[in-house]
Amino acid sequence: MKWLLVLMVLVVAALHQDFWFWKDKTLLFGFFPIGLGYHVMYSIVAALMMVVLVRCAWPSHIEAEAEAVNVPAVTEAAR
Amino acid sequence: MIPAIIVFVYLAIVLYIGIFAFRKGKKGSSEDFFLASRSLGPAVFLLSIFGTNMTAVAILGASGMAYERGIGVYGLMASASGLVIPLTIFFIGTRLWALGKRFGHMTQVQFLRDRWECGRIGTFISVLTALMLIPYIIIGVMGGGSTLKAISDGFVSYEVGGAVVAVVVMSYVFFGGMRGTAWVNTFQTLLFLCFGAIAFFLIAQKIGGFDVAMQKLLAMKPPKGPPTAQLLSRERIPMQEFFSYMFIPLSAIMFPHVAIMCLTAEKMSHFKRTVIFYPICIMLIWAPSVFLGVIAKSQFPALGPGETNEVIVMLLQRSTDPIIAGILGAGIMACVMASDSQILALSTIFTEDLFAYHGGRRRFGEKVQVWAGRIFVVAITVFAYVVALSLKNQASIFDVAIRFAFSGFASLAPVMLAALFWKRSTKWGALAAALWVTASVLFFWWLQESTAGIAPRPGQPPVDIWPQLGPLAGLFQRATRSVVNWGFLPVMLQCLVSAFLVIVVSLLTPAPSRATIDKYFPARERRGAFTGTDSVAVPAGAE
Repeated sequence: MKWLLVLMVLVVAALHQDFWFWKDKTLLFGFFPIGLGYHVMYSIVAALMMVVLVRCAWPSHIEAEAEAVNVPAVTEAAR
Repeated sequence: MIPAIIVFVYLAIVLYIGIFAFRKGKKGSSEDFFLASRSLGPAVFLLSIFGTNMTAVAILGASGMAYERGIGVYGLMASASGLVIPLTIFFIGTRLWALGKRFGHMTQVQFLRDRWECGRIGTFISVLTALMLIPYIIIGVMGGGSTLKAISDGFVSYEVGGAVVAVVVMSYVFFGGMRGTAWVNTFQTLLFLCFGAIAFFLIAQKIGGFDVAMQKLLAMKPPKGPPTAQLLSRERIPMQEFFSYMFIPLSAIMFPHVAIMCLTAEKMSHFKRTVIFYPICIMLIWAPSVFLGVIAKSQFPALGPGETNEVIVMLLQRSTDPIIAGILGAGIMACVMASDSQILALSTIFTEDLFAYHGGRRRFGEKVQVWAGRIFVVAITVFAYVVALSLKNQASIFDVAIRFAFSGFASLAPVMLAALFWKRSTKWGALAAALWVTASVLFFWWLQESTAGIAPRPGQPPVDIWPQLGPLAGLFQRATRSVVNWGFLPVMLQCLVSAFLVIVVSLLTPAPSRATIDKYFPARERRGAFTGTDSVAVPAGAE
């Protein structure tokens, strides 16, 4: 599972380099450049990727450790 | 005049929010003043951390850059940030939050000092990050002055506009501390999310439709320079530059104001919504900014480099009635005033990393520490205003400084990654990287300034600065806008060398004590006992 998630992040990162639209001036709906449209969609894909990471790789162990702490006492002791 | 009045009303609301936050705070508590008692809820946390990152440089700079370089600016800055920043918040921000809550850290440097058992190296990193942050605060005051002047059609001068913005920001940070700053950032983010969409449609209506403007861009053939049709593609952005921009968003989590903001969440689960919605928020702000920047080329085809950052303001003024222009102007002011969290971060660094660390808190008490922080807020704002006035016509100095500061913060990211994830990393590895960051930022800045005379024209390939280096000559090239290394921006080389130094120097120097390693990397059987969960035993010392 861990490696599938790493692969997903690498694939999404690689998709950022969309050299295939580099010189394409096609206008979507007559006014929206295709290169911009691709990257707007890319932002949505990035958000979906974060949904997957939050569901499958959330570091709940560190959350549990931190939640169990008495914050004011710790802050005082740190000083 | 009407737009200026609306903007002043907006400033009054912002001031009121800050003072209201003051009433809600615990008086005399440094954790409350600097971190809002680590109590921010999910919505305020998301919107304030996002608003903190959305500065005038991001919004007005993006549209100005799109005016010159086309739609590729979105991929260059926005979609790269939409991928990298949530990842850094996910992997680094959550851990900073957890360690801050467990051990009481209030700044990045407090964590680094404790993690690597070091004092002066921490001070060095603290001063380095503070110095790299100062240009942002100055440019915020400058942006406030020039935006207010533009919105009021010159009725409010640059000097008065800058002073008004400085006083408002200073006041709500002074009174409200982190709570006031977070609430104001939330309000500002909502404002520019809403009014960005309104601006988009209003401008479309007034210019006769975006399709008309796009056709105009496709047909325009300027007497000098490349055809404007290039702006609808990425032809004006070299591939290597596009790739190296992926490294720049690493800077976000290393900005002291963003890292400190990560410590303010009430629960770690608040990070979940933040990382998921961050790319969407970026898209909602940046896609209209970049698109309108390109559209502005069809409306104002001959702006000089110093004028391009005001294209959105110009479009609004020409395209809408005064009341709408005023409301939208308030939205722009919301971006310009993002220096609040940077001022507060500098104040936190000063009081926690320097004043408290060197015994100030022990000697004078917590109340005095909070007042020292407040006095620092006033001092840094006055300093920024004086510099903004005296170097009024040299804003480009700070633009350049910010560009290099981005690279500097990005190349400090390996230091934080090593501290969080690599037991064997040492303070000497961190020092080597920090020294490299300092030297490389200064070197590339000097190289850029000293080679301005040989910069090729737009569209021309980079030229070797020192051809006598033979096969290594490509390491130092001058492109149109900046120095590059084999076509890649220096930030890439800076990050890679920084990571290399952290690794190599750490391996060559003694590891931190067993006690410190155990403190930050508890073996799983102890972790299980601590949290009451099932555990798998891992031998002590296992990497």
